[in-house]
Amino acid sequence: MFFSPFIITILLSLVNGILSKSVELTFELPDSAVECFYQEIEKNTSAALEYQVITGGQYDVDVKIEGPNKQIIYQQQKMQYDSHQFTAQITGIYKVCFSNEFSTFSHKLVYMELNVGPEKPLPGIGDHATVLTQLETSAEEIHSALNRIIDHQTHHRLREAQGRKRAEDLNERVFWWSMCETLAIVCVAFAQVMVLKNFFSDRPTLYNKM
Amino acid sequence: MELFRISSLFALFLILDVTSALYFHIAEGERKCFIEEIPDDTTVIVNYKVELYDPRSGGFMPSTPGIGMHVEVRDPNDKILMSRVYSSEGMISFTSVTPGEHVICMYSNSTSWFSGSQLRVHLDIQVGEHAVDYANVAHKDKLTELQLRIRQLLDQVHQITKEQSYQRHREERFRQTSESTNQRVLWWSLLQTGVLVGIGYWQMRHLKSFFEAKKLV
Repeated sequence: MFFSPFIITILLSLVNGILSKSVELTFELPDSAVECFYQEIEKNTSAALEYQVITGGQYDVDVKIEGPNKQIIYQQQKMQYDSHQFTAQITGIYKVCFSNEFSTFSHKLVYMELNVGPEKPLPGIGDHATVLTQLETSAEEIHSALNRIIDHQTHHRLREAQGRKRAEDLNERVFWWSMCETLAIVCVAFAQVMVLKNFFSDRPTLYNKM
Repeated sequence: MELFRISSLFALFLILDVTSALYFHIAEGERKCFIEEIPDDTTVIVNYKVELYDPRSGGFMPSTPGIGMHVEVRDPNDKILMSRVYSSEGMISFTSVTPGEHVICMYSNSTSWFSGSQLRVHLDIQVGEHAVDYANVAHKDKLTELQLRIRQLLDQVHQITKEQSYQRHREERFRQTSESTNQRVLWWSLLQTGVLVGIGYWQMRHLKSFFEAKKLV
């Protein structure tokens, strides 16, 4: 009886390696750089990759998923966002690469989420063989619905970040452009007067020969 | 009691086990940063493990006691929340105070012995509800399955609520930026018109006096 929590934890640490792993990362991708992540996936486990470029350049990135024996599972070029689900054919190290090699000056911010396997069940749930009660079933349903809400919220959050960053960019650009434009108008005005005066002055210059 | 202590130690192992997590390679001394955009009062747990490339065997040493990892966490105002050197394996957790982009940076403490070599970093970052270890909660609070499930649902709802209030905050910032752009464009166009009129007037006056002085008109 005393042993039961002990055994459960051992069992859990054993299955921990097989069951779900989900990681969300937002990282910076400098210009003409490649960023690779590796993940060991067991055979017949489904995995899902989701990514989105938050800021930088044309909001695009090259993405590649490579299997253990170098076969390419997924490859896209200049994508803004996408998700891809695949099932591992063999056990091994899978490689996910984000490349910004085509861009020589834009620094990017990329979000990615890698989900491997089904969600880890709560400890104790699913151990007993009896049929789930109605309350348990609805709790289960609410749980998956909330998970979906969180996913959508994440997507929304990233979109908002994209929009906000772009607006900040625009604000900055408008400011600098107006500065330059004002300066240009003043310069042109002075130049016009100088040129006109030159046309009518007595000394021969470059302008009245034209 | 003794056994319970052992089992809680195992539970710790459960969350510390990061060798099966995602990994990437960095060069010795290279700095790697990750950004977490989170609402306030949200717990973030970072698990990591560093392995050093061994040129003799061509593989990675499972544990390198000599190597340390410098972990730095900055809050949205660029204030350092924590900056410490940890061992080659560890778990860091922090709770956000101000909402926004938290930057987690890691770099190895460079020693001339290892410089230039490759490091493999296993990393796992869990945020909010994902950071809760329900096996531990169930043990500690003696909850039944259904109670535990409800606890999880509550945590999820809390996270969604926090995220949504943060969403409002960000939306406000977004709107402020847009309004500022709008204002700038408006004032700039007014100013520009003023500048144009002023300059045109000056040009006419100046040229007129010039022509009169030259006796052209």
